[in-house]
Amino acid sequence: MSGGVDSAVAAARCVDAGHDVTGVHLALSSNPQSFRSGARGCCTLEDSRDARRAADVLGIPFYVWDLAERFRADVVDDFVSEYAAGRTPNPCLRCNEKIKFAAVLDRARALGFDAVCTGHYARIVDRQDGRELHRAVDPAKDQSYVLGVLTAEQLAGAMFPLGGSLKSDVRTEAAERGLAVAAKPDSHDICFIADGDTGGFLRDRLGAAPGDIVDENGAVVGAHDGAYAYTVGQRRGLRIGRPAADGKPRYVLDISPVDNRVTVGPAEALDVNEVQGTHVRWSGPVPEGVIECEAQYRAHGTPVPAAARRDGASLAVRFADAQRGVAPGQSIVLYDGTRVIGSATIDRTS
Amino acid sequence: MSSGRVYLDHAATTPVLSEVIDVVAARMRALGNPSSLHGSGRAARKAVEEARETVAEAVGAAPGEVVFTSGGTEADNLAVKGLYWARRAADPRRRRVLVSAVEHHAVTDTAEWLGKSEGAQVEWLPVDREGRLVVDELRSALAGDPDSVALVSVMWANNEVGTLQPIAEVVAAADRYGVPVHSDAVQAVGSVPVDFSASRLTAMTVSGHKLGGPVGSGALLVRRDADLVPVQHGGGQEREIRSGTLDAPSIAGFATAVEAAVASRAVRASRIGELREALIGGVLEAVPDAVVNGPADPRRRLPGIAHVSFPGCEGDAMMMLLDGQGIDCSTGAACAAGVPEPSHVLLAMDADPLLARSSLRFSLGHSSTRADVDSLVAAIGPVVERARAAGYLNVKGS
Repeated sequence: MSGGVDSAVAAARCVDAGHDVTGVHLALSSNPQSFRSGARGCCTLEDSRDARRAADVLGIPFYVWDLAERFRADVVDDFVSEYAAGRTPNPCLRCNEKIKFAAVLDRARALGFDAVCTGHYARIVDRQDGRELHRAVDPAKDQSYVLGVLTAEQLAGAMFPLGGSLKSDVRTEAAERGLAVAAKPDSHDICFIADGDTGGFLRDRLGAAPGDIVDENGAVVGAHDGAYAYTVGQRRGLRIGRPAADGKPRYVLDISPVDNRVTVGPAEALDVNEVQGTHVRWSGPVPEGVIECEAQYRAHGTPVPAAARRDGASLAVRFADAQRGVAPGQSIVLYDGTRVIGSATIDRTS
Repeated sequence: MSSGRVYLDHAATTPVLSEVIDVVAARMRALGNPSSLHGSGRAARKAVEEARETVAEAVGAAPGEVVFTSGGTEADNLAVKGLYWARRAADPRRRRVLVSAVEHHAVTDTAEWLGKSEGAQVEWLPVDREGRLVVDELRSALAGDPDSVALVSVMWANNEVGTLQPIAEVVAAADRYGVPVHSDAVQAVGSVPVDFSASRLTAMTVSGHKLGGPVGSGALLVRRDADLVPVQHGGGQEREIRSGTLDAPSIAGFATAVEAAVASRAVRASRIGELREALIGGVLEAVPDAVVNGPADPRRRLPGIAHVSFPGCEGDAMMMLLDGQGIDCSTGAACAAGVPEPSHVLLAMDADPLLARSSLRFSLGHSSTRADVDSLVAAIGPVVERARAAGYLNVKGS
């Protein structure tokens, strides 16, 4: 229970369904004050109190589990090192994969619980031949993308009671249930970056590393303070003095941590037809042959038609139409309609 | 208990005695500010002064030495800050505050605050592996520069592991130099014999809810000749040491509880002591590698506290599992935002930090029964097994 409205209502529904529910709040920083303050995040003392109060209203036991060390190692350090490697990670996937449905689920199972119930917006559908993960009913809140990294084994221990509801209805329900968090603002951004300044967060940890911004031919067109601060597809904030010969805007095409170079070029050069993914995860049975599907490569991105095929331990995904803004480090989640097939972390694009 | 739960957390709070509830309710229905001069005020004052005499009698003090407070934390704050300010005002060299390393946070945090904000130099007095103050360390701390010591604070009995402190030796050591000693006797009164006058302490803290009285009641016993700067100012009640309208109902209930606890102490202590032995015997039989912390010698500890470490188990996990079976106990340690920290008491006793996190405190009190102990003994084996399978949370490198 994060202290927000979603996990509170999820817990309430779980209680109503007759389950024996214990509320758990995850302490993800050894110094609770060091993460985001205010009501937006998921890691503050105030959030911990809000979660406890919700548990009290529901009449369930409540505990704080200190996972700060695991979170630092598996999520925060991973986030920093991915950026240092010129990639663009999504820490929420990592947290679901390594913390909520690994460290927490394993511990819960060891302590005698059957499942971890969260306030994620996604649906689990049980079929005769197994469990399926589907998009939520509320398209604006759908979080199946950040859950696409879960394996069938992890999904077997997951419950998402909010997947069939609209967020607005969840808020109404929270108010009707007397939960004070009913009107609490949604959390967003990255919970461990207090002020939302990812560049500053990375600069504090990676230090300044001035280098060149070059064009496609290798000509220096600008300077940067650290290649890690850039994302493939980025257009703003390049601070390139000289306009391109064709006068068109330039975008980040490539980040090369080895020579600390950021390459920029025209929008057309961003076109990606195919990605190679590693860290492949399947939500259900492992599919064979060519997988005709829709692929989504951003948390709030639009799914696009694609064809995927397994290639040993990796996954090749070919888009029906060229895509822009595809960056290594991002996760690509494959869908069959609303059903999540599986996911991979983008390693290379072509 | 009426709640149907097995309550093994008397060191946290105790069920309020029914005669206390009656006294509090009756006084609450009556009118009067004890400081008012009219008839209603006089009636309230009579209740307060009778309570003062009752408390004084029970703890071996003179009535004028009883300063009613809102409980143990306030009394500890008043003693430590009040003595420090008064002693420093009399002689600016007196800035050292000598405090045992196993005090309750009401004392440790107050001392730390004096260190941060009031120029105090806090020195933590070490304890041995049983949690007992090493008096020689106090003696040498005093002898090094006695004129710079503002006060000494050493609790009568530890709230986590139950160790009794050598108060007589502490006072004797400090008396040589005229240094005042405060003792937090919150866990001691009603559990072991406590005589304020005989102890020659300067100040002593007593709390109501640890012995069957109302939460929010307590007292600081302050010797008549002691100089104490008040923490809160106002109407000048309680020898101008503790301003604030006297809470006559709560004070009356507090006195009733103290009197009952002290009067029945010997019989209850012996009964609780037997229950504790049964609890420890049963727990060790169910979990042979469990480790009992604190002194083995019953003369060196409180009768009702059993503090046990279960190697390989997170204290919080065991507590949660016992909670799920209707058994209330404690990890004994303070929480930061609900995040368990290894207890400063166990660490001061040189316990392994991981083992310190693997501990539970079972504390027995006036409402404890053999059935409570039997319930715990029946539950503990499977609980430990399960908690062991879950392992530790958040251990570096795991």
